[in-house]
Amino acid sequence: MNAEKIFRLEQVRKVYGRREVLAVEELDIFRGEILGLVGPSGAGKSTLLRLLNFLEPPTSGRIYFQGNGYDGRVPLPVRRRITTVFQRPLLLEGTVAYNVAYGLRLRGRPDCREKVAGMLERIGLSALAGEPAHTLSGGEAQRVALARALILEPEVLLLDEPTANLDPYHVALLEEIVCRQNREHGTTIVWVTHNVFQARRVAHRVGLLLNGQLVEVAETRSFFERPRDPRTAAFVRGEMVY
Amino acid sequence: MTGGRRAFGRSEGRAGNGGASHPWKGEAGPMRRASPSRETPVLSPERRPAIEDILTTLWTALQRLFTGDPELLGIVLLSLRVSGTALLLSTLLGIPLGVVLGLKRFLGRRAVIALLYTGMGLPPVVVGLVVYLLLSHSGPLGALGWLFTPKAMVLAQTIIAFPVVAGFTMAAVLGVEPALRTQILSLGATDWQAAWTVVRQARTGIVVALVAGFGSIISEVGAVMLVGGNIAGSTRVLTTAIVLETRRGNLELAMALGLVLLLIALFLNGLVLWLQGRSIER
Repeated sequence: MNAEKIFRLEQVRKVYGRREVLAVEELDIFRGEILGLVGPSGAGKSTLLRLLNFLEPPTSGRIYFQGNGYDGRVPLPVRRRITTVFQRPLLLEGTVAYNVAYGLRLRGRPDCREKVAGMLERIGLSALAGEPAHTLSGGEAQRVALARALILEPEVLLLDEPTANLDPYHVALLEEIVCRQNREHGTTIVWVTHNVFQARRVAHRVGLLLNGQLVEVAETRSFFERPRDPRTAAFVRGEMVY
Repeated sequence: MTGGRRAFGRSEGRAGNGGASHPWKGEAGPMRRASPSRETPVLSPERRPAIEDILTTLWTALQRLFTGDPELLGIVLLSLRVSGTALLLSTLLGIPLGVVLGLKRFLGRRAVIALLYTGMGLPPVVVGLVVYLLLSHSGPLGALGWLFTPKAMVLAQTIIAFPVVAGFTMAAVLGVEPALRTQILSLGATDWQAAWTVVRQARTGIVVALVAGFGSIISEVGAVMLVGGNIAGSTRVLTTAIVLETRRGNLELAMALGLVLLLIALFLNGLVLWLQGRSIER
């Protein structure tokens, strides 16, 4: 794994109203890795992804991206190097191809037919290119959501439980597509999941978030076989730790 | 046309004649005659021809409509011009306001929404009265000389339609899944691009907002009557003409005008369904 840090979080806190939902002392994310983030619902995983995508600023602390520190507004070109695929994909009214091309159009690249066709072929949805997006099944919609993110060639791909509602076939398919993206293009992946088995399958390193705090981050093997923190050990065993 | 007048002459002719000379007393006429002691019993055989009369009137009305009666045409065109201009102004003001209220959270937003909701329920005749007072010679805008002109009617109808357009637009924008905006932003949209995409997703609702706004003014009579004055060839529109022609006893013309109103409503609904397209089939 390349040791270059693409993200560094220092004393990052996020507070909504009076509730502190995230408090990360320190976290490094390395270029080209797949970092799995596990934890129960409400642990702050999605909040952390929103901060990493610069969709909202931290209440305090600093987020470094490629060496530059940000604590407020982030320039658009920086934000455009990162994209997220969410648990529930919301597609736009229009065809499948329109949805896949959407992000390119935002970047002023309307002539992208070939690229869209190639991406649709890659996710196995070429036959549905002209179909209205709202007619797709959940699994197909999630593939389109992944395609519209991957076509942007992001440096960092954030995945917010994208397989939580999918059948085993689509889970395997998405895992394969994402892992190939990481292998072939070196895309950094931060993959939030509540499924420890999935984290073990796909991630190079895994972190556990509990009540907004990062309990432990370690190489996948160490995380599952020799967890340092007793809470990690309990979570890995499937015990309630919150 | 004469057929209609003749046909209704037997039972309602007096109401029509009375209406022509004393418009406001005319309304009381039929109510007085509705008394069982003076009126023919409802199921009496003598009532039967009235149905034929209605059909005859309807037929004459249709003939007037499709033969391009210039008087009728003038009234229809003025109605469309006045209500169309008012809708255009309401659109220019209402859609941006509705979008801002739907997308942004700011201090005083609730107060603006409360005012908007109040505006959506404004009685047109009250709007007419206020505009009348504003534009009357002694009013603050009297110098404009707009009273009893189509401009006054446009102003009144804009005040009526604008809150409807803004309110429905806001509801349409609020109806778009809030998480969609986050997902669009994560794909690299600027705030403007995200707002535009959300508005595009709400377009069916915004079209409905425009139709509702137009419906609220094309069928409105109180405000245009007060500020327009129902002057023939100048400020007479469909609704005020219907009132007048009914009172005059020109029932076939009133019916023809009513049919035009219905056709406009039908056309607009057809247009909405067409614009909604496949999204309505979900």
